Amino acid sequence: MTAASLLRRLLLSVPTLFGVLIINFVLLRVVPGDPIAMMIGPGATPEDIQNLRQIYGLDKSIYQQFLLYLGDFLSGDLGTSISMRQDVVELIVGRLPVTLELALVAIAISLVGIVGLGITASIWKGRWPEVLIDVFSGFVQAVPDFLWALLFILIFGVLWASMPIFGRMDLAVEFDPLTQFYLFESLFRGDLVVFRSILMHILLPALSLALPLIAIGARLLKSSINESMAQDYVQLARVKGFSHFRIVVSQAFPNALIPTVTLTGVQMTFLIGGTVLVERIFGYPGLGNMAIDAVINRDLPLIQGIVLTFAVMFIVLNILIDMTYAFLNPRLRHD
Amino acid sequence: MALTAMTGSWLAPHDPLEQDLLNSFLPPFWVAGADPAFLLGTDNLGRDVLSRLIYGTRVALMVAVIAATLTGMLGTTVGLLAGFFGGWVDTLVSRMVDIWMAFPAVLLSIVLVAVIGAGLHAVIIAIIVIDWTRFCRVVRAETMVQCQQDYVASAVTIGLSRRRRLFVEILPNILPLLISLLTLEMGIAVVVEAILSYVGLSVASDAATWGGLIQEGRLYVNQAPWLMVFPIACIIVAVLGFNALGDGLRSAFDPVLRR
Repeated sequence: MTAASLLRRLLLSVPTLFGVLIINFVLLRVVPGDPIAMMIGPGATPEDIQNLRQIYGLDKSIYQQFLLYLGDFLSGDLGTSISMRQDVVELIVGRLPVTLELALVAIAISLVGIVGLGITASIWKGRWPEVLIDVFSGFVQAVPDFLWALLFILIFGVLWASMPIFGRMDLAVEFDPLTQFYLFESLFRGDLVVFRSILMHILLPALSLALPLIAIGARLLKSSINESMAQDYVQLARVKGFSHFRIVVSQAFPNALIPTVTLTGVQMTFLIGGTVLVERIFGYPGLGNMAIDAVINRDLPLIQGIVLTFAVMFIVLNILIDMTYAFLNPRLRHD
Repeated sequence: MALTAMTGSWLAPHDPLEQDLLNSFLPPFWVAGADPAFLLGTDNLGRDVLSRLIYGTRVALMVAVIAATLTGMLGTTVGLLAGFFGGWVDTLVSRMVDIWMAFPAVLLSIVLVAVIGAGLHAVIIAIIVIDWTRFCRVVRAETMVQCQQDYVASAVTIGLSRRRRLFVEILPNILPLLISLLTLEMGIAVVVEAILSYVGLSVASDAATWGGLIQEGRLYVNQAPWLMVFPIACIIVAVLGFNALGDGLRSAFDPVLRR
């Protein structure tokens, strides 16, 4: 992707971000009743309420309030959490790496699964491995990540208690991290005991997130490979005497990647959205878990901040997908 | 499942809220120590799991049908208009869809319900507000494809009004697609309701819902794993059932597939 087209793509996301800001702003202003009434405890005097109104700018017109909100956003100020009495940006920066690490592991598992299953199904087309993979992906796709997480808890936590089902690492493990990327940091420092503990904790939540993506991606990859197999260059490779395996892996697969990347890219946003609930179920201390706590505590500034963070992540992810797409497609690369 | 939901109060062997603390954590009937009066066992407060599941079915199906239908109506209308008229209508709708897609659905639904206030109506509103884009995108694209077809051109030639072209000619042709979208959406609605009641934001907390049952079961998963097994199984069966219903209806309605 050239600098010019990248810039164009970035500019295109500005109106989207602006729309996100408007909705995020409106969303928490349609709260029935007074938002201040939810923040304060009983026994507050009318003066207290008036003071809080002033602090949050609620005594101004909606139009002015939005401008204030926009100004705060641009200067990187998302307010102070009501329930934790801490800066919202600080809270988010502390939790975001936890969620990102989980999402990255889930995406890595998905990629391995998609490529493995997609190629296997194409090589043994029309035979039992393909049938098996079709049945598997049909069922897996119908069951959402939320239920996979619960099923894994039942299977690996209770029936065959072999995996940890709560938290991020064993409490007994001693680890003094510098960053919030525990998994990568422990690996980097060569601390294998810690690494193993963290890996065991991340596997089930990551797998719950990955499974639906694997099912969709493997199906797509398989049908794209099958389409590529009908093309002339595959005929040519056959004439040259390439083996079936080599044709699938080195000729059809790279060409099938483009449609698969575009469509699974969209699905990746669902994976990231799914972390909210999966983290909750596994008691994983990420952004999503904090979001649900914030909702339960009616912590409006924190909710707004987290929703915004997710929206920005989605917008960035979409740009990355477009860039990958341009990178994979030579026609667009030389554009 | 529909039958179970309709005849729930008559079918259920016990009151779903009736507590019997002496009989808490009874296992289901095939395990030793079970009480045949409580076929699927009891929970921590001695409430009958089977009855609670049956009452949960009622909530799940109600949300599925109402929410999916309303979502479908909104999304289809907007999608039809965008696809048919094009121009600034289409640009406006597409931009809106883009913005909507930038929000994480699960988080947004939780926030919405928290804002509106817990309850069945909030769950339904949340599903409509979030999922209309799903219908809108597909219907918009399909309407555009249909508008290029010869029959629409003929309709223009014989002077049919725009409204008749849209509702008498194009709408019936996207109906098979709509039906499969609708049943898919019902499955999604069941899951969303379960998610929201799992988080504790759906109907009143003592009422029986599948998600609520799972959440209670999660607390006692080591003592009584069956508390989680049954509601999870119900949701999976419901989702797979709605998918199968969609496939069946589509092949029954689609003249091309029927032949």
